[in-house]
Amino acid sequence: MPPLARRLTRRLALTLFVLWGAATFAFAGMRLVPGDPARVIAGGVQANATPQVLDAIRDEYGLREPIVVQYARFLGRLLRADLGGSYQLGRPVSRVIGEQIGATLALAAGAAALGFGLAVALATLTAGRPRLRALSRAVEFCSISTPNFWIGILLLAAFSFHLGWFPVIGDDGPAALVLPCAALALPIAGVLAQVTREGLERALDQPFALTARARGATEHRIRVRHALRHAALPVLTLSGWVLGELLAGTVVVETVFARQGLGHVVVAAVRGRDFPVVTGVVVLSALVFSLINIAVDLLYGLADPRIGAAA
Amino acid sequence: MSGDHPSAPLLEVAGLSVAFATRHGVVRAVRDVDLSLRAGECLAVVGESGSGKSVTARALLGLAGAGARVTARTLAFEGRDLRTLGGGQWRRLRGRRIGYVLQDALTSLDPLRRVGLEVAEALEVHGLARRDDLDDQVIRLLTEVGVPDPRVRFLQYPHELSGGLRQRALIASAIAAGPALLVADEPTTALDVTVQAQVLGLLEERRRRGTALLLISHDLAVVARLADQVAVMFAGEVVERGPAAALLSSPAHPYTADLLAAVPGLDDPDAPDATDGPEAPHGPDASDARGGPGGPGGPVRGLPIVRTGPAATTGCPYAPRCALADDRCRSEPPPPVSYGEGGPEGEDHMVRCFHPGRERPAAAFETPVAPVRVKNRAVVSVRGITKRYRSPDGSRRTAVGDVSFDLRAGEALGLVGESGSGKSTTARIVLAEIVPDTGTVLLDGEPWSGLRERDRRSRRSRIQLVDQDPLSSFDPRFTVERVVGEAVPGRMPRRRRRERAAALLGQVGLDPALLDRVPARLSGGQRQRVAIARALAPGPEVLVCDEPVSALDVTVQAQILALLARLRREAGVALLFISHDLGVVRQVCDRVAVMKDGRLVETGAVADVFRAPRAAYTAELLAAVPRIDPGRTAGERPHAAVTLEGHP
Ligand SMILES: Nc1ncnc2c1ncn2[C@@H]1O[C@H](COP(=O)(O)OP(=O)(O)O)[C@@H](O)[C@H]1O
Ligand code: SF4
Ligand SMILES: [Mg+2]
Repeated sequence: MPPLARRLTRRLALTLFVLWGAATFAFAGMRLVPGDPARVIAGGVQANATPQVLDAIRDEYGLREPIVVQYARFLGRLLRADLGGSYQLGRPVSRVIGEQIGATLALAAGAAALGFGLAVALATLTAGRPRLRALSRAVEFCSISTPNFWIGILLLAAFSFHLGWFPVIGDDGPAALVLPCAALALPIAGVLAQVTREGLERALDQPFALTARARGATEHRIRVRHALRHAALPVLTLSGWVLGELLAGTVVVETVFARQGLGHVVVAAVRGRDFPVVTGVVVLSALVFSLINIAVDLLYGLADPRIGAAA
Repeated sequence: MSGDHPSAPLLEVAGLSVAFATRHGVVRAVRDVDLSLRAGECLAVVGESGSGKSVTARALLGLAGAGARVTARTLAFEGRDLRTLGGGQWRRLRGRRIGYVLQDALTSLDPLRRVGLEVAEALEVHGLARRDDLDDQVIRLLTEVGVPDPRVRFLQYPHELSGGLRQRALIASAIAAGPALLVADEPTTALDVTVQAQVLGLLEERRRRGTALLLISHDLAVVARLADQVAVMFAGEVVERGPAAALLSSPAHPYTADLLAAVPGLDDPDAPDATDGPEAPHGPDASDARGGPGGPGGPVRGLPIVRTGPAATTGCPYAPRCALADDRCRSEPPPPVSYGEGGPEGEDHMVRCFHPGRERPAAAFETPVAPVRVKNRAVVSVRGITKRYRSPDGSRRTAVGDVSFDLRAGEALGLVGESGSGKSTTARIVLAEIVPDTGTVLLDGEPWSGLRERDRRSRRSRIQLVDQDPLSSFDPRFTVERVVGEAVPGRMPRRRRRERAAALLGQVGLDPALLDRVPARLSGGQRQRVAIARALAPGPEVLVCDEPVSALDVTVQAQILALLARLRREAGVALLFISHDLGVVRQVCDRVAVMKDGRLVETGAVADVFRAPRAAYTAELLAAVPRIDPGRTAGERPHAAVTLEGHP
């Protein structure tokens, strides 16, 4: 399908542009804050590195060159997918990220699935039913307005310390994933449930829902087979926001539950001004964002055939 | 099934009332309605929009809505008391025993589901088909309702189907489970005449096979062909009900009479027995219409202007609009009484009126007094205009191809054709809103199309547009004063401008008190009058009217048409009148131009074209127009062949 191919090409070009922008911002950000990168590499500001050692580091990392040359080099390496080596950890950034990304992905994917699932279930059960809806709304507002870390602490207190159902900290096994996922998913689920319910109620008000009723369809069937798909469109629009929430939330949740993961790595890297690691994570996030957006774009066409026809 | 007992009614309704609790109090949408329908019969429910037709239909399926309170003395279907049904029992009835075709086919099919799935739903829900057999059954159903290429359509989405095909698919979904009763709510309202005729033919075919029909319409002419019984609704009540033949030939209620008079007929009003049937679609003496008392195009059968006062709450609900209303009508509600001798099988002819069947005074009608003088000077000359558009798939489509005509000063020229035939594109070229690819338009003999807008501006006021819902493009906060006043040319103090706007409202038959209202608070007819007042403000020579009455109920339609005829006479404006409705054109125009696929297939005097169409397409259009033939009885109805869209 040529129009689809054209759209994809345009999207991919846009992705490259976004990646370049993200990398440039990361580069600029790390260079503009005061401080000497050579000292960081030598072990931080506190470490008493001799001027000779610092000089050697400057030569090795090319820190003496004009900033433009450094920038060009940086981009050149990025083009070869070489993220460089971590200043602090002394290992290639790609390996650092590779080791940690699994845990974070599991957490984010689990939370996303839980968030969407909860939202759809809540919305389907409560749409157009005033009493249930009022109850559900109250719960949703609570979960939206409570920060992740506080939800995490409450969950820990209840289910780990008090009931002892789940491990307190650590990341061994799926059981350890339950509470962190929940802490991350609940605020998202609150927002998504409201949007989904609104979409459902709008769809249930439309003539086609009445037609389906007139065919003898059950209320459940009308919601699941007809209305839910209509509600999917506004929810899809929010997926960018969901991803942002997930990324920001993992940092907090990984800290609260003392889990391995990229969130941890990023916090340490920013604090220690570990420039290559920060850049690597920023570029990776931008890439994930772009790819998810492309996927969502394609999903739109699947969810609503009218959009595919118009594009 | 109940078809074995022709005398036992399939559906019996007595004292049905539906009330909605709303923020503004209780709305009693349907009051004390009695209906009855025997197996295999057709009952037509007719009335203007808002009269409670759809609410009645939904109540029969137990779908009146969450806030609705439904009460009835009798509500029985196939001998079962529907008032006692539980949720599951209702669901087993819906779709299976009663099929329902909702008002608007575009939004009544789920836009996100394939047509095949929608048609299959009733079969699935009621467990009437095995999985592996479902597709075949659906394709069989689509074939049965005359959908061409059912295997292709089956996989398409509703937006990929034409209006007529969507309606057919919706009907297929409603009859899938073989219901004994099919409720069809305005099934033809949004369709072109020829498609309309096909869909009616399809419904007729269902009835012939034994399905009872409850057919809802705001247009008496549409249902006249099928109905055995007619119930006329007004303001939530059935004001007249009886056998179709009796009710159409001798209407007892003034509202029914008004509805009948408002039907824009093709036949001369003095020849009500005009032969029916596709081969002779016009009365033998239609040619006399031009010279008749009504002037060119036949008399405009108008109605009294709607009074804007509050509706009567105590007396007869029709009193504010009734030409026969007296003090008694305004103070007490008329009870239902029997009228005439009823039907051949002793069916009752019921009417709620104190003066049933009385002649209405002619003075209340807005009728033309003098014929319009048409001068021989062309105000608009269209010379060989062509406009092509690129379709989404890249091919080029000719929207308008080599169209030429003249509009003479003071003349009314009708431009008819089905939707998509290029009427509106032609109108927009005449208005110089779009530039033709080739050809020219002259205004008063001077170049008009193809100029720079700057060179046209000084003459813009000479040609004005009135379209289908013209006020929708205004800021909803604008008052009528602003909408009309800002079209008055020149600088003047606000007070003067208001006076001019008030005078214009008077000219179109509106109360100047409406100046401070916003259009959203006006009725459809009032909005159209405001639009006409606005168009008249700069004193134009030409009014381009693009489907100006298509969104209106027939009675209101007649009023607007009468108004246009009067303005033509008084203000001497020429009309370029665009419509898909031949009856409407017949009422208003002197000459008619018929368009098909972007080309003019025929042009001529209205009387000539309607009497002896030269183009086959014109004859086809004329044959498709629904008409009322009160002389026929239910037994001898000819069964018109069902023409199938796209079939060879
Ligand atoms: N759910 C509802 N709540 C309140 N009023 C309603 C509702 N549905 C219909 N009505 C009112 O009932 C009246 C009849 O409506 P309807 O049956 O749709 O008319 P028709 O089908 O004859 O055009 C209208 O005045 C409408 O506003
Ligand atoms: S009762 Fe009176 S107002 Fe009502 S329709 Fe009859 S004559 Fe008109
Ligand atoms: Mg209706």
